[in-house]
Amino acid sequence: MERMPAFDSTADYLVSNELRNAVNISVALGRPLLIKGEPGTGKTMLAKAIADSLGLSLIIWNIKSTTKAQEGLYVYDTVQRLYDSQFGDQDVSEIKQYIKLGKLGEAFVSDEQLVLLIDEIDKADLEFPNDLLWELDIMNFYIPETKETIQARQRPAVVITSNAEKELPDAFLRRCIFHYIDFPDEEMMARIVRVHFPDLEKALLEEALAAFYWLRSVNGLQKKPSTSELLDWTQALVVGGISYQRICAEIPFLGVLLKKNQDFELVLRRLQSGGLQQKATSIHTRRGY
Amino acid sequence: MFTGFFNTLRNEGVPVSLTEWMTMMEALNKGLAGASLNGFYYLARAVLVKSETYYDRFDMAFFRYFQNVETSPELAERVLKWLEKSLPPLQVDARQRQPFAPWDLEEMRKALEERLAQQKEEHHGGGHWIGTGGTSPFGHSGYHPAGLRIGGESVNRSAVKVAAQRRYRDFRTDETLSTRQFEVALRKLRELSHNMEGPRDELDLEGTIDATCQKAGQLELVWERPKKNIIKLVLMMDSGGSMNPYSSLCSRLFNAAGKVSHFKDTRFYYFHNCIYQRLYLDPSCREDASVPTAEVLNNLSQDYRLILVGDASMSTGELMMTGGTISWKDYNEEPGLVWLQRLAAHFKHAAWLNPIPNSYWPATLGYETIKIISRVFPMFELTIDGLEQSMKVLKARR
Repeated sequence: MERMPAFDSTADYLVSNELRNAVNISVALGRPLLIKGEPGTGKTMLAKAIADSLGLSLIIWNIKSTTKAQEGLYVYDTVQRLYDSQFGDQDVSEIKQYIKLGKLGEAFVSDEQLVLLIDEIDKADLEFPNDLLWELDIMNFYIPETKETIQARQRPAVVITSNAEKELPDAFLRRCIFHYIDFPDEEMMARIVRVHFPDLEKALLEEALAAFYWLRSVNGLQKKPSTSELLDWTQALVVGGISYQRICAEIPFLGVLLKKNQDFELVLRRLQSGGLQQKATSIHTRRGY
Repeated sequence: MFTGFFNTLRNEGVPVSLTEWMTMMEALNKGLAGASLNGFYYLARAVLVKSETYYDRFDMAFFRYFQNVETSPELAERVLKWLEKSLPPLQVDARQRQPFAPWDLEEMRKALEERLAQQKEEHHGGGHWIGTGGTSPFGHSGYHPAGLRIGGESVNRSAVKVAAQRRYRDFRTDETLSTRQFEVALRKLRELSHNMEGPRDELDLEGTIDATCQKAGQLELVWERPKKNIIKLVLMMDSGGSMNPYSSLCSRLFNAAGKVSHFKDTRFYYFHNCIYQRLYLDPSCREDASVPTAEVLNNLSQDYRLILVGDASMSTGELMMTGGTISWKDYNEEPGLVWLQRLAAHFKHAAWLNPIPNSYWPATLGYETIKIISRVFPMFELTIDGLEQSMKVLKARR
């Protein structure tokens, strides 16, 4: 087997050892990689990072609740053909011009190997993953209308993300390599923030992280803030010129981190009772999470 | 190779199939595990486990299978075989990461033997295996086990130890659950029907073909209303004192039921230990916020799905005797059991969710009443697994 260059962290995406292994295993075995994890842990960004790292281009297939598996392969635009036959001067006997390849189809006919991201597969109907089993396994499909078989020229590296809104069928899971992205610990998070804000003051970063992990540890939050919210918040702190002393005392721009009213009130109550100051020290010494 | 591990996994309840096992073998042949137990741990987990809910069981199986691996000659041989196969990719890795050149299989063998001998001395009977120290000399310094902490640089924790930590315990489905998990489970309860108001925005294919043919090929699109759930739900929850330990769990279920908007109708009632002639409208069970149970039965049609939540633990008198109610203000003319049977007769689909884990039922304080009530209502424990089983009962007629 031809050996692929191995995937690794890129300039703007840090990857853990296990995740890197999982990606390389999936690429080496030619099996789709199924990624789950808390929102904001960079599931979708992973595909982009893989593409960047391996120097391949990326095709994104965003799944919605109405997406059908067939759309990913091809769409036969019968309505257009019918209209053309009634009013047009087009030659409608050439069916091929009404076949439009979907994202999966595009990835198959590409001359170069690429990365295909099937984003949020759990949004679609329950049967959706099952309908793609054959195509992802054997990497070809048949178009009855034109009696054509589309065969993948280069097996694409397939990354599938799921938010666990629906259970995925067993038959589908059996063919995947699975990885669950843990929420980063403080050390890793500091590195992630550094990637995005290389010039950030050390004190500011430490305080921001302490406040952030304290927030996440508050019991009863309906939606815990995630990495992307932390990055937005850091941006807000920098733009707002907030000095680091104020961060833990009052958590400025709390609305950037918390999106639910109840959460907001809960945290404000805790802040007033001095929750963070008491906890801040213990957060600093805590290891792992 | 490692068939025992396959069996251990299955015994632990990780649903590993042969397909996945063959994939695993393929991966081992390609040397994807690297020559370390840690590499093997992550490879096996990625290939064999398909949900974070099984990570915990996987960890336990891994720990069970590898914790007492003695450094026996057969094992050493096994490791060497494994090592042989993974050599080419290893070499690449080693060159990339650490200057270990020049080395060959012989040297590796020797190093490994030394290591095995050393470990026997250090660990007195060899509780753990190669790589436990996290300082594997096989050019895999990047593969250290602490990777479980993402990007952590620690070299102290082995895969076995990491497995023994059971960090994924929270993801088990037989553990109790969060609001969101409840919602997902409740969504399974649906029965679709057309007869609802709403915009006609779904293409009726049959109708379109018909109408188009009527018009001799002139396209005529016919739209219909999308199907909607027609299931109605009524929840009754015990808010008695013995339920206090479970109150946050139960309120999560209620939150979820309230949030899942796909039911046609959702009703909530409360009771204290057992249901008698009155049902309460809020958890404090006050007289002035209550309705007669008979009225509820009259008002709610039989196709409401009934979910009762309670520990079903009380003194038998509360269930079997007239005047047995725990609340001294209201005397009940009929025993609680009669009321429960009445509910069961009225609602064709009903289930009882019990926050006490299934395995404790025979041994808990209320084992007698649990037994009696579970004869009236199918009883499940209040976990994802239990909730999903109950959904089946609620969908299909008993």
